Amino acid sequence: MTTAIAPTTHISPGSALRHGFTLAGRAVTKVRKNPESLLDVTLQPIIFLLLFVYLFGGAIQGSTDAYLQVLLPGLMVQNIAFASLGTGMALNTDITKGVFDRFRSMPIARSAPLIGAVLGDVVRFVVTLTVLFTVAVIMGFRVQTDPGRFLIAIALLIAFGLCLCWVSVFVGMLVKSPQAVPGTLVAFIFPLTFGSNVFVPSDSLPGWLQVWVDINPVTHLANAARGLLLGGDWVGDAGWAFLWGIGIAAVFFPLALRAYRKRVG
Amino acid sequence: MSYAIEAEGLVKRFGDTVALNGVDLAVPAGKVLGVLGPNGAGKTTAVRVLATLLRADEGWARVAGYDVVSQATAVRGIIGLTGQYASVDEDLSGTENLVLIGKLLGLPKAAAKARAAELLAKFELSDAAGRSVKTYSGGMRRRADLAASLVGRPQVLYLDEPTTGLDPHSRNEVWATVRGLVDEGVTVLLTTQYLEEADQLADLITVIDHGKVIAAGTPYELKRRTGGQSLQVRPTVAADTPAIAAILRDLTGIDPLVNADAGLLSTPVDNPMLLSAVVRRLDEAGITADEIGLRLPSLDDVFLTLTGRTTPSAPVAEGSLA
Repeated sequence: MTTAIAPTTHISPGSALRHGFTLAGRAVTKVRKNPESLLDVTLQPIIFLLLFVYLFGGAIQGSTDAYLQVLLPGLMVQNIAFASLGTGMALNTDITKGVFDRFRSMPIARSAPLIGAVLGDVVRFVVTLTVLFTVAVIMGFRVQTDPGRFLIAIALLIAFGLCLCWVSVFVGMLVKSPQAVPGTLVAFIFPLTFGSNVFVPSDSLPGWLQVWVDINPVTHLANAARGLLLGGDWVGDAGWAFLWGIGIAAVFFPLALRAYRKRVG
Repeated sequence: MSYAIEAEGLVKRFGDTVALNGVDLAVPAGKVLGVLGPNGAGKTTAVRVLATLLRADEGWARVAGYDVVSQATAVRGIIGLTGQYASVDEDLSGTENLVLIGKLLGLPKAAAKARAAELLAKFELSDAAGRSVKTYSGGMRRRADLAASLVGRPQVLYLDEPTTGLDPHSRNEVWATVRGLVDEGVTVLLTTQYLEEADQLADLITVIDHGKVIAAGTPYELKRRTGGQSLQVRPTVAADTPAIAAILRDLTGIDPLVNADAGLLSTPVDNPMLLSAVVRRLDEAGITADEIGLRLPSLDDVFLTLTGRTTPSAPVAEGSLA
C-alpha cells in the first residue's frame, strides 16, 4: 500500500525534548486552571511556617524572630521534598485515566511524558518556594547575604528536588491509584525531613538520632541553605547534599525508568 | 487487494490468562471492520496490539504495511485511537486538549488552533470549547475523544466501543461521523458489543470469543451462514396466537417460537414456498395478521448461534487458563 505522506520513522532527541516541553506546558495550564491542585505545596507550607514559628519558636530558639531565620531555609528543603510527590501522582493519574494511552498512540518520543512530568515538577518547586518565601518575608525573614547566593540556594534546592522526583516516579509506576503515591512516599519523606535539623538543633537530640540527623541529606541541604541565605559556611554542606542527590538519582533514576517501561510497555 | 490492517496469529497472554489465542484480521483500505464479541473476548487487547500500545507474544500485525513492533513510530503516525483507554485530559478544555495534540504532532501553534476549532465545530462542541472536559456530558466527552483522535488526519482509525453507554441520539451522531470518515477514505476498525452497530456500520465483521475468531465475513454472509430463513407472523389480535401456532406446527412439523412480549411467532423454514401456504391457511381460518414475512436471521441470531457453538471450545480456554 502506498501512503501519501512519508510517515515519521525516527524521533530525534530534539523532538523528544520539544514534546517534553509541550507536555510541561500542559502541566502549567492545569495548574493555572486548578490552582487548588497546588494547595498541598502552598497552604501546607504556610501552616507549617505559622505553626512552628509562633507555637514552638519561643521554646526552641528563645524568640519567634530568631527561630524564623533558622527555620525558613530548612522548611524550604522540606517543601521541595513534599512537592516532588507531584511527579509520581501526575504520571499515575495520566495512566489510570487513559490520557497516557492517547500520547502513546501518537508519534512522539516514549520519554516525552516523563520529561513533561519532571519539568512540570519544577513549576511546583518554584511555586512552593515563592509562596513560602513571600510569607516568611512578611513575617520578618530577611536574606542576610546577596542575590547571587540567594539564587545558588534556590538552584540547589530545585536540583535536589529533581533528584528526589525519581523516587516519586518510581513509586508512581508501582502503585495502582494516584492517591497511593503520597501515602507511600510520606513514609520516606517524614524520616528524611523531621529526622533532620530543620526544626530543632541536632545537639538537642538523643545520640542515636544525632547519628542519622548528621548524615541526613536534608540536614546538609538545610545547613547549606542557611549559609547561603543568612551568611556563613555553606560549601561543605552543599557538597554533601549534592553527593546525596546524585546518589539518590543514581539508584532511583534507573529503577524509575525500568518501572516506567514496564508499566507503559 | 491492499489491506490497511493485517494481522496473523496474534497471541497475547496476561499471566495465566490468554487474551488473544491466535487472531487473524484483514481490513481492506477504506472499509469498516466490526469486531464483535462479549466482554472479555479479547477485543480491546486486539486493538491495543494494533495501536502499538501492547506487544503481542506471538504473531504479527501490519498497519498500512508497517509492522506494529519494528515500525511502531510509523504506525503511530497513521492511526487514530478512541476508546475506553485512550482519553482526553478532563482538567483541560476541549480546545486545550486538541491544541496540545496538534502541537505534539508538530503543527505550529496557529495551525493547531485552527485544526482544533475546525474539529470542535464538526463535532458540535464549539459552544463548550472553552470548558473543562470534566463538565461535558457522556456524549460530548465521547465526541471530544473522537475529535482528539482525528487531529492528525489518521488513515486508520480504531474505535474501541465508541458508543457504549451513550443515549440513542449521541450514538447516532457517532455513527454519522464514522460514515463521514469512511466517505473520506479512512479505514475503521470498530469494536462493539452491539450487533446493531456492526450491522449499521461494518462492511466486514469478525466475531471474537475467548480470544479466537469464531466467524468472519460480511454481515450478509454471516446471516446466511447461520442457516435458513425464519418465517414470522405478528397476529393482529393476541388471542389468535394459539390458532396461528397450530397452523405453523401443522405446516412445518415443529413448534414455533412464541415471543409474547413482542407479539411475534417465528419458526425456521427451509422452503420459502411455505409462506403462501401460511397466508392461505390463515385466510381460510379468518385470522388476520399485521405482519407475515420471511427474513434472514438477525446478527443477534448469528451471534447467539456462534457463541452457543463455542461451548465445546470452553475446555480449550479453561486449559489455557490452568
